[in-house]
Amino acid sequence: MLDFLHANLSYFLSGISVGGQYALIAIGYTMVYGILRLINFAHGDVFMVAGLMMVYLSTALPVTIAIPLVLIMTVVLGFVIERAAYKPLRTAPRMSVMISAIGISYLLQNAALYFTGGLAKVYPAIPWLSQSVTIWGSTTKMVTIVTPILTIVLVVLLTLLIKYTKVGMAMRAVSKDFETSRLMGIRINSVISVTFVIGSFLAAVGSILYFTNYASVTPISGGMPGLKCFVAAVFGGIGSIPGAVIGAFIIGIAENIIKGGTSIFGFGGSGWTTFSDAFTFALLIIILVVKPTGLFGEKATDKA
Amino acid sequence: MKQKSKAELWIAFAAIALIYVAVTVLEQTVDSNHIIFTVLKKGAIYSLVAVSMNLLNGFTGLFSLGQAGFMLIGAYTYSIFTMPTEVKLTESVYKYYEAAIKFDTGIFVGLICAGLAAALFAALIGLPVLRLKSDYLAIATIGFAEIIRAIFQWDVLGPVTNGANVMRNYLDLTDVKIPFTDIAFPPTLYVFLASGVCIGLIVLLINSSYGRAFKAIRDDEVAAEAMGINLFKHKEMSFIISSFFAGVSGALLAMYQYTVQAAQFKSAMTYEILLIVVIGGIGSVSGSLIASFLYIAASEWWLRGLDMGKFLGIEAPNLFRSGFRRFVFSIIIMMIVLFFSKGLMGDKEISFAGLVRRFNKRAKTAKGGGIDG
Repeated sequence: MLDFLHANLSYFLSGISVGGQYALIAIGYTMVYGILRLINFAHGDVFMVAGLMMVYLSTALPVTIAIPLVLIMTVVLGFVIERAAYKPLRTAPRMSVMISAIGISYLLQNAALYFTGGLAKVYPAIPWLSQSVTIWGSTTKMVTIVTPILTIVLVVLLTLLIKYTKVGMAMRAVSKDFETSRLMGIRINSVISVTFVIGSFLAAVGSILYFTNYASVTPISGGMPGLKCFVAAVFGGIGSIPGAVIGAFIIGIAENIIKGGTSIFGFGGSGWTTFSDAFTFALLIIILVVKPTGLFGEKATDKA
Repeated sequence: MKQKSKAELWIAFAAIALIYVAVTVLEQTVDSNHIIFTVLKKGAIYSLVAVSMNLLNGFTGLFSLGQAGFMLIGAYTYSIFTMPTEVKLTESVYKYYEAAIKFDTGIFVGLICAGLAAALFAALIGLPVLRLKSDYLAIATIGFAEIIRAIFQWDVLGPVTNGANVMRNYLDLTDVKIPFTDIAFPPTLYVFLASGVCIGLIVLLINSSYGRAFKAIRDDEVAAEAMGINLFKHKEMSFIISSFFAGVSGALLAMYQYTVQAAQFKSAMTYEILLIVVIGGIGSVSGSLIASFLYIAASEWWLRGLDMGKFLGIEAPNLFRSGFRRFVFSIIIMMIVLFFSKGLMGDKEISFAGLVRRFNKRAKTAKGGGIDG
C-alpha cells in the first residue's frame, strides 16, 4: 500500500490539488442548486472568464493589484448574470431557467472566443504560487500544497457564515422552503444575489489556483471542469457543502490516478487517459441510480 | 369538420410537394457551389435532429441533452459500414490499426444501421437514466454523451473506430446514385428526401395514440399514470425513437461533411440543437423546421460578413473579426430565451387555416378602423 502510494505520489498530490480547486467551484453549484433548484451551467464559464481576466489584467498591472481586481470583477459578473438571466425567469418553469443558463454559457464561451481570437492564453506565473517544491521525492508546484489548505480555510469560513450570520440563516431558510421564507419577510432576491456572489468569489479563487497549475486558458477550458464540479456536488449530496468538498476531492484524486494509470488496472497503460473525463460521468450515473441523494444529501423529493 | 381537415391535409401535401419541386428546380438551375445548397443541406440535417430532440423535450417532457452522442454513434456506424473494403485494407484511413470490420454495405443499409446502433445504445442508457427527473436526467444524458465520445476515441477500439483519427473515404453525398442507373442523385434533394421521410414518420408518431400518451406524460406524469399509461415503457420508447432519428441525422451529417471525427460531437453541439428547438418553440415541429433553416442560414450565410470584416456595407475589420458572428448570435439567442420564451411558434403548428384566420382577422380590424376613422 505504502509502495503504491509512493510510486503514484505525484498523481495523488496533483489529485488533491485539483480536488481542492474543484471543491471551490462545486460549492458554487451546490449553493445555487440548494436555493434555486437550478444547475447553473454558466458557472464553469464564469470560472473560465475569471482566468481570462487574470491573463489580461496581469499584462498591465502588478499581480498584487490584479488578483483582488479579478476577484471583484468575477463577483460582479456572477451578480450581473443572476440579475439579467435568472431573475426575470423566477416564476417560469424550471426548464426555461436551465435553458437560459445554457444560453449564458454559450454566450460567455463565444465572447471569450471573440476576444481571445480562439487562441490559448498563457496564464501569468504568480510569484510565490508557481515555485517548485519537492515532497517525498516528487517535484510539484507550491500551489499543490496551498490549494487544499486554502480550500479548507475557505470552507470553514463559509460554514461559519452560514451557521452564525443572519444572511446564512436566511440562506438556510430559503433552501428549505422558498415560498414560506418569502412569506416570513426574507428578501429572496438579495439572498439569491449573496449566494451568487459567494459562488463566484470561490470560483475566482479556484480559477487562480487551477490555471496556475495548468498554465493556459482557452474559451472552452471552463466547460469540462464545470460539469465535473457539478458531478462532485451531486456525488456529495446536492445542497451540502461538506459533501461537495469531499466529492470534489474524490473526483480529483480518482481522475488523476486514471490519467497516470501506470498499471493499476493491469490493462492498457495510457489508454485510460481518454476515460479520465468519462469516469466522472460514470460515477455520476452510478450514484444517481444507487443513491440519488448523494453521500450527505438530505432526503429530497424530486430527484428520482 | 372532417371535410375541412381533409382539405387541410391536401394543402399540406401540396405545400410539401411544392418545396420538393422548388429544391429540384433550384438544384438543376443554380450553380452547385452556391452557398444556398450548404444552407439547404445542413438545414435539412439539423431539422431532423431538432425535430427528434423536440420529440423528447417538447412532446414527452424529458429534458435530455444526449443528442450529440447519438449523432456521433450514427455518424461512426455509417462511416464504418459504408467505407469500401478496399479502402479499409489499405493504409489511407486505418493508418495505425488494422480494420476489424471487413465488409461494406450500401448507403441505405448504412443509414438504417446508423439509426439502429443509436437506438440500441439509447435502449441500454434509458434503463438507468429514464428513472431520473428533469435536471438530473439532463446532466446524466450529457454524461453519457461524453462517455460515448470517450469510448469512440479509445485506442483499444482503434481497429473499429480508428481511434481519435479522422474517418473518411466512405460513401458520401456524391456517391448517391439514382436506383438501377449510374446517374448521380441530386445531393440536396437526397438530403431533403431522407430527412423529410424521417420527419414525416415522427409527425405520424406524434399524432398517433402513442404520441397522445407522450403528451399526457409531459403534461402530468401522475395523471397519465392514473389513466393507465405505462410511464417507463412510453418514456423508453420516445427515447429510443428520438435517438434512432438522431443517429440517422448523424449519418447524414457524415455524408454531407465527407469526413467525421469524434471530437466534433461535443456537448456544445447539443446546446446548439437545443437552442434551435427553443427558437422554434418547444413542442412545435414546424417551428423546429423553420428555426433550423433560419439558424443555419444566419450562421453560414447572412451573418458571414460579421466574421469577414464587412457587414451591411460597413467595413470595420477590427470589430468584425473572426468569432464576432457567434458572439452576436449568442446575444440574439439570449434575447429570444429571455423575452420570447415561446419561440417562433410556441407549441402551435403552422397551418393554412390558421394563416387564413389570422389574415381575415387583420382585414377585419383594418376595416373596423376605417369605419371608426
